[in-house]
Formats: sequence, structure tokens, C-alpha cells
Amino acid sequence: MTVTAVRKAPQRLTLTVEAEFDASVERIWQLWADPRKLERWWGPPTYPATFTKHDLAPGGRIEYHMTGPAGDQPHGYWDVLEVEPPRRILLRGGIANADGTPNTDTPISTIRVGIEEIARGRTRMSIENVFPSTEAMEQVLAMGTEEGQSQAVSQIDAILAEETSSARSRGEPL
Amino acid sequence: MVVIVQIAKADFDPVFAALADHTRRDIVRRAISAEEGVLELASHYPMSFAAVQKHVAVLERAGLITKQRIGRRKVVRTNPEALLVARRLLDQYEELWRARIDRMNELIAETAGAIDTVETKESKR
Repeated sequence: MTVTAVRKAPQRLTLTVEAEFDASVERIWQLWADPRKLERWWGPPTYPATFTKHDLAPGGRIEYHMTGPAGDQPHGYWDVLEVEPPRRILLRGGIANADGTPNTDTPISTIRVGIEEIARGRTRMSIENVFPSTEAMEQVLAMGTEEGQSQAVSQIDAILAEETSSARSRGEPL
Repeated sequence: MVVIVQIAKADFDPVFAALADHTRRDIVRRAISAEEGVLELASHYPMSFAAVQKHVAVLERAGLITKQRIGRRKVVRTNPEALLVARRLLDQYEELWRARIDRMNELIAETAGAIDTVETKESKR
């Protein structure tokens, strides 16, 4: 299990998740900085994400959509408020219209990402998610994010356990 | 946290705006036990009674607390429903991020495999 801490503050509608990875800071950074990597983990297998714009620079914009099993395509966007490669990102965004423009009727949430080395080849990532309201959380959750989730977790756990143990037994870097 | 609150302030709904203040969050926490009136609550903070009264009014308007009469006293009580809804949604969000982190892990393992393959090929030459 790589998630090391979860903090929830319902009074502030804030969720903080910390995870540790056997990988360098640079490789964890690439999970966010490379859109092709980002879309591999953002949505569950049943709702894969496609990033059509990915300008990870202060003032930049990230646009994506997810594709559901019935062909439905909910859109989302992030405004990049702060970036400090390879350690820090602050994003603010929400639901978008089909043309990628923000849907101004829907609430906005923020994601703060922190990446730090805790030992050689071991990296901690923290994600702080702040929601403006319970409605905002419901809307984002409704974006195809629940379906297929438990299934993905068990599949990936199995794959990961296999790959990690085989790599370790070969004495190869992870 | 403070930075985020300032940035997104304009977009907050009344509930979240009410909770964006430290004193008001503390009042919500204290009022869960519904033992104190506004006067008793005010004694916990280095500010005037009127200032605390204003905070209580903001929370009341947002539906986060209610004033309840117990005999001759009026106590301030947190409305737990609003907080419970938020808690349940945060639980779902935790699952969402756990699943994402699992997928990140898979990706890292895969990339490591690719690097290993390249290295192995090179070392064979």
C-alpha cells in the first residue's frame, strides 16, 4: 500500500492524501507533466481521460475529457496557478463545456500537489483537494469517476505486486 | 490552505464561505456538544461579544448551526447533517485518489520495466 496518510476536514471540505513511491522525484513529476502519462492514471479504465491541452506553466490551461462506456464525454479544465518543477503545482478548475470553455455555472475546486524526496529513490507526493461546496464534490464524482474503480484497484494491485517482486528479485531498480 | 481560500473565495457558496474563517470553524467544533450559549462561546475568543455574535449569525445563515432553547437557556448547536454530507463525499474522494495513486504505481512499475529492458539490451551489446 503506497498511500501513507489521508486527512479529511469536512468543516473545510478538504481532503489530503499522501503517498510514497519507489521512484525519483523526476519520475513522479512526469506523471503530472507528461499528458500522455497523466491520462493513463487520471480516469478509471471504464472512463479514460484524454488531455487535449496541457500547458503546465503559470497562467496556463489544461483541458481534458473523459469517455464513458456509453460514449458520454464529460469535459473538465484546470487553470495552472503555480508551478515549480519538479516539486509543486497549484491547479484550480472544474467542469467544462464541450468546447473546453469553463462551465461558469458549476463550482470550482483546487488541487495542490507537493513532491519531495524522502530518501534516495523514494519520493513522497501529497495532494490537497479543496472543494468550494458539497455540490462541487458531487459533480466531480459524477464525472464517471466511481465506476470501475474497485475493479481497477484490485487489478492494479495484482500487477504491481507481481512486477515489484520480480524486479526486486532480479535486483533491478524500480 | 490560506492561499487557496483567498484564491477561490469569490466562488464559495455560503456554507464554505462561512467555514473559511478560523473562529467560525472553531465555533462549529465547540457547538457540536450544544452546551454553550453565545455568551459562553464568546469567552473562548480574544474578541468582543459583538464580533462573536456576528460570526454566529454568519454560521446560522449558512445553516451550519442553530440556536436551541433548553429551559431558560439558548444554546448553539451544530447542524451535523451538513458536515455528514461533506464527510461522505470526502470518503468517496479518498477512494478516487487511492485508485489514481494505484494507477500511478502501475505506470511507474511499467516505465521502470521499459528502462530495465533498454538497459538489458544495451548491456548485451
